[in-house]
Amino acid sequence: MSSLFNPIVAAITVRATLGRRRAFLFAIPAVILIALTLILRASRPPGAQWPDHVLGDFGFSVLLPLTALIIGTGVLGAEIDDGSAIHLLATPIRRSSVVVTKFVVAAVLTMVFAALPELIAGLLAPNSGKLAFALFAGALAGSVIYSAVFVAASVLTTRAIAVGLLYVLIWEGLLSNLVGGVRILSIAHYSLGIANAIYPDQNLMAGLTLSTSVVLGVIVTVGALILATRRLSAFAIKGDPA
Amino acid sequence: MTAIQLTGVSRWYGNVVAVNDITMTIGPGVTGLLGPNGAGKSTIIHMIAGFLAPSKGTLNVGDGPSWGNPDVYKTLGLVPERDSVYAFLTGEQFVRATAKLHELADVAAATKRAIEMTDMSDAADRRISTYSKGMRQRIKVAAALVHDPEVLLLDEPFNGMDPRQRIHMMDLLAKLGTEGRTILFSSHILEEVERLSGTIQVLVAGRLAASGDFRAIRRLMTSRPHVFNVRSSDDRRLAAVLVGRPYTAAVEITGKGLQVRTSDFGAFCGQIATLTRDHDIALRELLPTDESLESVFSYLISNQAN
Repeated sequence: MSSLFNPIVAAITVRATLGRRRAFLFAIPAVILIALTLILRASRPPGAQWPDHVLGDFGFSVLLPLTALIIGTGVLGAEIDDGSAIHLLATPIRRSSVVVTKFVVAAVLTMVFAALPELIAGLLAPNSGKLAFALFAGALAGSVIYSAVFVAASVLTTRAIAVGLLYVLIWEGLLSNLVGGVRILSIAHYSLGIANAIYPDQNLMAGLTLSTSVVLGVIVTVGALILATRRLSAFAIKGDPA
Repeated sequence: MTAIQLTGVSRWYGNVVAVNDITMTIGPGVTGLLGPNGAGKSTIIHMIAGFLAPSKGTLNVGDGPSWGNPDVYKTLGLVPERDSVYAFLTGEQFVRATAKLHELADVAAATKRAIEMTDMSDAADRRISTYSKGMRQRIKVAAALVHDPEVLLLDEPFNGMDPRQRIHMMDLLAKLGTEGRTILFSSHILEEVERLSGTIQVLVAGRLAASGDFRAIRRLMTSRPHVFNVRSSDDRRLAAVLVGRPYTAAVEITGKGLQVRTSDFGAFCGQIATLTRDHDIALRELLPTDESLESVFSYLISNQAN
């Protein structure tokens, strides 16, 4: 494992990611979630059902995937786009180390900017102590799976953000709620499946069981990382057909 | 030892051929890859550096192919043309990080050595974002040299450098070459190659147009037919004098002076001054009309075809 994680690459990635203006961008959903929770707590009577919707719907359908998308496609994709990745790749460092390190950084940052705010909002919402921790656990798992997929997307395509948005909005947001079978390939449902196993909540529609969620989550994560490594091993500089 | 060997290498993008059936061997010393923009120089450098797969042919660096073989970077350094570096790092941090990525035994010493070699010690503690283009180029060279590679590839290394930096970089590359390293750089400027390298590979439209000792190719270039616009104190008398010279192919009197076609660029340029002086004619203007690199290259190609 130690050879798969390269501290130098990690340090540069963290600096590059947080140093960019985008850093403010991926803090916005988290701020909205916590602000929304505070406003609702002050204005709604206790005992209302809103925490499920805010934490579940907004937290899991918007905050988590969007934060993961911005971070995950940025950690490696930004370097590939601007060409600085070549300085990293022109060294004997293993391509799997590059992918895994970028993935770990993306997952940890997503946890900080999405899973942690989810926990804070959960603890701020009334009567939701156990729900908060369940959702936190689900969000941690989601951070890991989403990051692997979005890092892979940024290596596989130059339009990773567009592809990721389509996946989050159309596939997960729309289809997975209409067509049951689609949930098998929905990271949001893996996360909800894990959260629901810890604290079952009627209003959170988890279409998958815990074991299905975990197994599929592991397969998707590992598969995405292997795919990204293979693609990065054949990294080609975009040539102008001149 | 053969450092770089290309055998029948082609590269195409869709139906556009960027590099067409190139066979060449690049050994120790400095070699210039010369050609106009769009000739395929970068494509070749990227293929040698392992960042582009040849569509056809074989390409070896050292004992094996560079494509899909990250171990090649233990003995190869690359200075890419694109100016993208981790601009938020200082020059020293960038070179040090590269040294660590190479897992060098003595990172500090290697970093110091590379920075000193490129004359960047004074600016090493400044962020790269504050560097001039020439300084960025040099810090990229420092990073590419940090692991003491046998092969160094530089894509248009002199772009954006001022004359002093240019000379310094040329001296550095010449020194690296005499140390027995294989240095390959690309350029579209004839004079850069002339000053630096004994061996050149001339690339035009994806094909190898000329290859070998620079002086021989230079001779080809200087003996090519050439057209000059000349103005003097007495154009008609100068025309008469020029017609009598063996290197003059044609002289035309135009409204603005003379248009002289010479069959020997070098002889004409070398003798025109003394010739006018001996005949008491004041030379006012001497302008080559087709000095563009493209015309030089197209001459080379037609010369090869013959």
